[in-house]
Amino acid sequence: MDNALSREPVTPARGILAFLTRLRGGQRFSFTDTLTYAYLILGTIVMFGPVVWLAMSSFKTPQALAEFPPSFLPQRTETIVVEGHDRPLELYTVRFESGQTRQLAQISRVGIVARMVDPAVPNEVIEVNINQRTPVRSVVFGFENYTGAIERFPFLTYLRNSVVVTVISTIITLLINSMAAFGLSKYQFRGRNLIFFVILSTLMVPVSVILIPAFLVIAEVGWINSLWGIIIPGAATPTGVFLLRQYMLTIPDELLDSARVDGASEWRIYWQVVLPLAGPALAVLAIFSVMWRWNDFLWPLIVLSRSELFTLQVGLNAFQGELNTQWNYILAMTVLTLLPITVVFALLQRYITTGIATTGMK
Amino acid sequence: MPDSPCLENPMLRKLQALALQLIDPLLSLAELILIPIQRVIGTNRMGYIFVLPNLVIFGVFILLPMLLNFYFGFTRGDSILPENRDWVGNQNLATLLTCEDYLNYRTCEEDLFWRSAGNTATYVVFEVMGVVLFSLITALSLNQKVRGRGFFRGVFFYPVLLSPVVVALIWKWILQHQNGVINSILVALGGEKIPFLVDPNWSFFWVVVIGIWAQMGFYTLILLAGLQAIPNEYYEAAAIDGANPWAKFWYLTLPLLMPTMTVVLVLSLIRAVQVFDTVFVLTGGGPGTATLYIIQYIYQKAFDLREYGMAASASLVLAVVLFALTMMQLLARRRENTGLETHG
Repeated sequence: MDNALSREPVTPARGILAFLTRLRGGQRFSFTDTLTYAYLILGTIVMFGPVVWLAMSSFKTPQALAEFPPSFLPQRTETIVVEGHDRPLELYTVRFESGQTRQLAQISRVGIVARMVDPAVPNEVIEVNINQRTPVRSVVFGFENYTGAIERFPFLTYLRNSVVVTVISTIITLLINSMAAFGLSKYQFRGRNLIFFVILSTLMVPVSVILIPAFLVIAEVGWINSLWGIIIPGAATPTGVFLLRQYMLTIPDELLDSARVDGASEWRIYWQVVLPLAGPALAVLAIFSVMWRWNDFLWPLIVLSRSELFTLQVGLNAFQGELNTQWNYILAMTVLTLLPITVVFALLQRYITTGIATTGMK
Repeated sequence: MPDSPCLENPMLRKLQALALQLIDPLLSLAELILIPIQRVIGTNRMGYIFVLPNLVIFGVFILLPMLLNFYFGFTRGDSILPENRDWVGNQNLATLLTCEDYLNYRTCEEDLFWRSAGNTATYVVFEVMGVVLFSLITALSLNQKVRGRGFFRGVFFYPVLLSPVVVALIWKWILQHQNGVINSILVALGGEKIPFLVDPNWSFFWVVVIGIWAQMGFYTLILLAGLQAIPNEYYEAAAIDGANPWAKFWYLTLPLLMPTMTVVLVLSLIRAVQVFDTVFVLTGGGPGTATLYIIQYIYQKAFDLREYGMAASASLVLAVVLFALTMMQLLARRRENTGLETHG
């Protein structure tokens, strides 16, 4: 393919065709490579850009957030404490008609006239046309939005609820899914295939289809406004059972038999022989369970109505409903909410992407 | 299943060992109870014991609600307790499905149901087309020898991990009317600010774009796996036969990728039908009913208006649609498997 390409003139149309068909393989840098890299770099901007923009904005002051056009980096006007004034004054560079420039602090502004003062000479007020002055700005990553949001809103409560739900759900999911998978892959009992079929068939029943009766069941059990109401119903994931069962089928039965000869009980075989061997599958399921639970929204939204029980996702949603104008806090909260998942992803990117590509689950 | 990738990672291995150590006493305790049980029921029936916890949760929280949903769909009343509800037969379904003119949702008895169903159908068409197109282009790009392939794969996948609420807030900020970054770029290019989330058509447009943005990475990975399963020899053989790049794409890559494409198509279809959370946070279904989708209709019917019967019968209709789509998926999977068998 490489030879065929290099012999013929490279036109854009041909380049696109070649791009569509090329395989991985040692090739020279060509038009198609340029196109590929252009696409991938553009894609990086589109995929990452919004998140980076959000993160940058979260460090801005409310004044900077209201600016138009917005700046990319979080900038703020420098301030200075001047004798005789209680509040720090904003610092400006003023260009006089004579061509001379000075740094002055602004006391107040009336119409197009700014009353300014030289920080070194606090008594002398200078009146300046506002077109003559430009703010002295510097890039500052401020954490006021973060501290403010944590102080004013029960962010830490939401965080604790989310962590509790995620951790406990994941442990329960791993335990009961692996038990079920073990039972379904290593024992011959009546109704085994039926049970497996029933579990798999629930794969196609998304929570959105059974909202009302599931809510009734939770109410009857008394789990409305209880974290158990969101931990337990989702713990028995069909995907997890399926994944672990397929994995355990590859563990040879001879291992189990030799453990039986040594006098191990079936339960001991499960947790001392099979569970350690199923490590890779358990790890994949653990990663997925954490993602599912951390990001879960619709079900917690229905089950939880007392705000001290809100998870981060539900709390964040309530926030943005209430505080439509206080974007500085919403931005900081959003960054804090996406941070844990981002860190997990950065650390385990390869396992997550190969896990998905090979199991086709999300 | 990946080839034990996780155990290569020392951090994960330590975590696993630690976790096992922590629950060890608990599991030993369970053994005290389970050994007598094993003596009574025998080794093979222990299978039931292992399946039991999972099955109980399934039964109570998934199977039972599935059955109850039928009951709810055929009753009326604002109480969620089954005994306080009146049996009305198929009246709910009839109300839902009655229209004078099926092409105009305003003539339907439940106009919002038809409005949301129509919205969902339109959304699904654009969303699925966009997802398939962009994930195919991305997978083809990533299937080439590019530097930083793993990085780019991660970049396209990253939004998939973000929660629906976070995705909605990220874009709400970007689409701000007064000083959102998109409007700033528009003004810098000499245009005018557009009130994106106030205009029905723009809202719809952005909801679709955001859906594609948040989902495509997942399908890219599936298509990439499909592309990598195509043996290199095929392309070498085609090159010997003098096939040009277009012929290779059209007669080799595309047909061999077709089964995977079908899976992607059906999976994205099933997910698009269930569109809810991001849109709910971003637009709340608005402006007006421009982005009101079927799940939000059910949610509001049930939990805002307490019309559980109507909501349940609407979810029965949704369940039928999802069931049909899942059947398509199973057929597609079967075709994919046989496809894989024929080319190794």
